[in-house]
Amino acid sequence: MSDTGPIRRHDIAATEAPPRDDEIIAGLAALGSPAPHDVALGALVRVGLADAWAELPSPLGAIGIAWNGRGISWLDRADDAARFQDRFAEHVGRPLRRTEQVPERMAMAVAARLAGNRRIRIPLDLRGHTPFEVAVWLKALEIPRGEVRPYGWIAAEIGHPKAVRAVGTALSHNPVPLVVPCHRVVRSDGTIGQYSLGGPEAKRTVLETEGLDTVALEAQARSGLRYLGSATTGVVCLPTCHHARRIGAPHRRPFRSLASAVQAGYRPCRSCRPDSGSAIAA
Amino acid sequence: MDADLALAAGLATDLDLAFPTLVDAHARRLFTIANRYLGVPSDAEEVTQDALVRAYDALSSYDRDRIRALRLRPWLATITLNLARNRRRRIADRRPATSIEPLVKAGWQPMVTSNALPSAIAERREEERDLAIALLSLAPRIREAVVLRHVDGMSVTETAVALGRPEGTVKAQVARGLAILRRQLTSGPHDQPRSEKEKTA
Repeated sequence: MSDTGPIRRHDIAATEAPPRDDEIIAGLAALGSPAPHDVALGALVRVGLADAWAELPSPLGAIGIAWNGRGISWLDRADDAARFQDRFAEHVGRPLRRTEQVPERMAMAVAARLAGNRRIRIPLDLRGHTPFEVAVWLKALEIPRGEVRPYGWIAAEIGHPKAVRAVGTALSHNPVPLVVPCHRVVRSDGTIGQYSLGGPEAKRTVLETEGLDTVALEAQARSGLRYLGSATTGVVCLPTCHHARRIGAPHRRPFRSLASAVQAGYRPCRSCRPDSGSAIAA
Repeated sequence: MDADLALAAGLATDLDLAFPTLVDAHARRLFTIANRYLGVPSDAEEVTQDALVRAYDALSSYDRDRIRALRLRPWLATITLNLARNRRRRIADRRPATSIEPLVKAGWQPMVTSNALPSAIAERREEERDLAIALLSLAPRIREAVVLRHVDGMSVTETAVALGRPEGTVKAQVARGLAILRRQLTSGPHDQPRSEKEKTA
């Protein structure tokens, strides 16, 4: 023991009676430490009974992404954090905690997906939605960046060719816009149509970011062009199909209906499948 | 105990609805178990979270009767302790030279404990801190028994279930742990020659 050091408990304790077992037991019982709030909420997030959210940059400005251990559950504009949280509460309803940033792997996967990499796996938490809605969203995921498909195409592809309006409703309920590219689904008359992340203008912005000339697209649609055939291959495509875009100007053959293209001896493209929903669109 | 029976019944009926209640009711005690066993709050946090996730995954795979028959307190303690044991080995690998145990055993008295022992930072009272440090100097198997029996406050029977040891063994280990703690708190660890400590442990 140092003579100059501060008096320690042990200095005194050593001269006192040893603590009794019941005193030690009482001391041990008092060693409970409140778990940090993060621990409980973090566990609930990991099992998917609560969500975390953070901001991410996007072509539309700041967006918020909410996620849990099962995947991304919600994406919305986040210019106003309170509004983001209110809408999450209204539509999802689970406890929500704001965090500083989206986990790196998730942020990178989302960025890659927005950049057009459709192969990148992004787990989605789509619990609580109908099988029809989920089928619509998964089908929208197949549309390549820079291309669009009509509502009727989705309806036909998922085996409900008459449910065009229901497809529109399901797309408007898409909980993870941008990640599930509902912006790539447009009206069969070629107009851009509605968009949940801020109306037609926002939809146009996203499509332009993806390299689509929306003005030209709408002008084409107004002129009655619905399909493009290639005189060299004899294949007919939807106008934004990557195959259609490669057709050289002298070989482009516009069609107003698939029937007229088929009559002229063209075969529907196997990539964009213009025959899906063509009965409705025609 | 009755609350846990109701909770187990709730978990058996609707896991997702009842699980947040389990977290509310048990997160604090599981964190305490992990923290007093490990002495490193950040590791204890991760262990607690991992334990709750494991519990959820296990419950998802159990049928209703099995969930209803669960004794949640010891069951959750076992999960937490298993993870904490693995973590303890990893912590030991992570910083073999600064582990507190050999230092304390060698007679080092952690006076500026807040730097050396993260768990000590939060200790409000000096007695509490001394007791927490003394606890960490116990051999792991003894420490487990003391933490579950007296820090968490489970019965001898529950502690025995949680540790998978006979009740007699648990009683003996707890008694031995208390004896070592008493001696340490009486004299301070620096007064104890290493050889004597090893005999009693």
